Amino acid sequence: MQTIVAYVENKPGVLNRVASLTRRLAINIDSLTVGPTENEEIARMTICAHTDESGARRLEASLEKLVDVLVAENISERSMLERDLALIKVAADQQNRPHLMELIKVFRGRVVDVAPESLIVEVSGTVDKIDGLLEVLRPFGVLEMARTGRIAMTRGGDLLRPPTAASNAAAKDKDSAPASS
Amino acid sequence: MKLTGAQILCETLERLGVRDIFGYPGGAILPVYDAIGKSKLHHVLVRHEQGATHMADGYARASGGVGVAMATSGPGATNMVTGIATAMLDSSPVVCITGQVSSKLLGSDAFQEVDITGITMPITKHNVVVSRVEDIARTIREAFIIANSGRPGPVLVDITKDAQQATADFVWDATTPQLPPKRYRNNHDQKEFDRAVELLNSAKRPVILAGRGIVLSGAMGTFEKFVRTSDIPVAMTLLGIGCFPATDPMNLGMMGMHGEAWVNTAIQEADLLIAVGMRFDDRVTGDLRTYARNARKIHIEVDRAEINKNVKVDAAIVGDAGETLANLLPHIHERDHSAWMAHIKELKGDSAVRDIQTLPDSGHLYAAHVINDLWKVTKGGAIVVTDVGQHQMWEAQYYHHDAPRTLITSGGLGTMGFALPAAIGAKFAKPESEVWVVVGDGGFQMTSCELATIVQEKIKINIAIINNGYLGMVRQWQEFFYDKRYVATPLVAPDFAALANAFGIRGERVTGRKEVVPAIESARDSDQAVLLDFRVEQEDSVYPMVPAGAALHEMIRRPNNPLVETASEP
Repeated sequence: MQTIVAYVENKPGVLNRVASLTRRLAINIDSLTVGPTENEEIARMTICAHTDESGARRLEASLEKLVDVLVAENISERSMLERDLALIKVAADQQNRPHLMELIKVFRGRVVDVAPESLIVEVSGTVDKIDGLLEVLRPFGVLEMARTGRIAMTRGGDLLRPPTAASNAAAKDKDSAPASS
Repeated sequence: MKLTGAQILCETLERLGVRDIFGYPGGAILPVYDAIGKSKLHHVLVRHEQGATHMADGYARASGGVGVAMATSGPGATNMVTGIATAMLDSSPVVCITGQVSSKLLGSDAFQEVDITGITMPITKHNVVVSRVEDIARTIREAFIIANSGRPGPVLVDITKDAQQATADFVWDATTPQLPPKRYRNNHDQKEFDRAVELLNSAKRPVILAGRGIVLSGAMGTFEKFVRTSDIPVAMTLLGIGCFPATDPMNLGMMGMHGEAWVNTAIQEADLLIAVGMRFDDRVTGDLRTYARNARKIHIEVDRAEINKNVKVDAAIVGDAGETLANLLPHIHERDHSAWMAHIKELKGDSAVRDIQTLPDSGHLYAAHVINDLWKVTKGGAIVVTDVGQHQMWEAQYYHHDAPRTLITSGGLGTMGFALPAAIGAKFAKPESEVWVVVGDGGFQMTSCELATIVQEKIKINIAIINNGYLGMVRQWQEFFYDKRYVATPLVAPDFAALANAFGIRGERVTGRKEVVPAIESARDSDQAVLLDFRVEQEDSVYPMVPAGAALHEMIRRPNNPLVETASEP
């Protein structure tokens, strides 16, 4: 699994272009999330793709060839945080509810809705953690589930920000030191 | 000054230096046509919108500038699809402008409405719908920049009818392109660069693989210096032909599926390959597992996405071919690879001394002779435009191009029907040049309607149909790989000379070898378009041939008897 973060123009059709590209490259997407950034003209995508490192390199380079993609970067090998959010509706009656609640607590999930026959758990975390909770809940009967797909961010000072005229100029300046010795 | 969107479009195209537009009118683009009538733009009426895109493509390939094609919405736009994909695969800068139904009708399945930006998304470098008159000029300017920068490619701009009709203030300076602020990438990687230099300076059996990127970069001069300094022989991709003179002793010729045996053998024996502006297409490499196993590989390529795509390389330099070669030049030592060159000459064996021109006339007419004669008579100076198939490969083998942009052919997509319209486009780009269409009898019938365009535009091009009564390359595959079961390849054609006459073009049938040169000469002498129908040997095949998926050195060689085709020495 490879994780690519991209900043794209926040306008209609961009998601379609990205999806169309992955289809053309025959790369299967596991999850793709899009959300706004602090700049309303720019959206941030997290693309999790079933491919190897060289497939990811090609996807990353091909993404940047799209006019509306400002930057795409494979962060799979970098120190990063990944989060997925899930809402899970589990069958629960009066008898097993306390037991169920205990389990959910262990996974740091929150019960956000309780009905006579079911309850809804909200849980966020890594994919593994959510999968782990699911495993435990399955014997009770998982009635419905919604997951957001992953978002990811590199840790610490490793910043991945949308490019601006100023940041590009600064990067260019840094490079204009004699190219080849 | 208040102008309509249609007028703004024409004004913008004029300011961008456009002279000729290839197109076909219709309801959703009518406002633009009305404005074209009042502009300085010259509109070439095609007979099918596929022809318009191929003409714009041929125009772009011959000139190095951007070609412009125009069509109406719906079927007009969808007819462009093959031409757009052709331009995409061969990195050709084409801007397609299509009319679209009015913005309030979008999504309503209105008459002649089609989602052309959706359809062409994977086959354009970029595409965009414009539904506001204020966006027309800026978008067209952006389209021209995108089409002809970096690795060029087609851009489609779909303009709604209401945007064409609406009026707006037109101030050129207020329509500056505003492309998204891409992250600046420094592609210079000193480690890769140093490794490339080291490999170049230590190789004993190096071969340069020269591709179209050299032509697109305009790097012919730098490339020649590079070849001279490093003393490395050059093998060409089909689209690279012309980036280095075919008559230069350092030029080995075309590589790949129908490359000469010594070229492919040299690549397989090489200890270093320097790929410049090419993408290791499967037609060039054959089986990847056995491809150039002894060779280290350097890849110089403007498109980062091509690096390590098909062939893993030892040193990759991402960048413009000309700039990269210029950067490398001061670091490479003057080398002498004469021993390696002598070995390659040995590989040529007797094919190097046989000349098809000296073969006795067996009473048969062979395509190789026709094309080699065309080369001799035109002194290699014509722009030759080909389709795809046997005639295309024979052209690449027997017409020796010394100058860039003189072979225009559909390489990546392999589009039948490309040659005739692309040649019309090339003629508009280079009115002073001699332009020849070399085309098969199958492909010619796909777009032969454009003969009418030639007549209406009164342009002079010559057409050589290599007529063997078969879809020749497919027949050849059936002969080699399907036990000669010629399913759906025998091809009935009209009398092409009579067909030409019906269009008002002089046509002539040529059946004997002695008639070839006089026919070519008389076509050249005429100041009007001439069509020559060369009735060549029907079951002739292109040799050598690397079967699809076979190793590059596992070639089917030319049969010795009849000794009809041998390599021709430039």
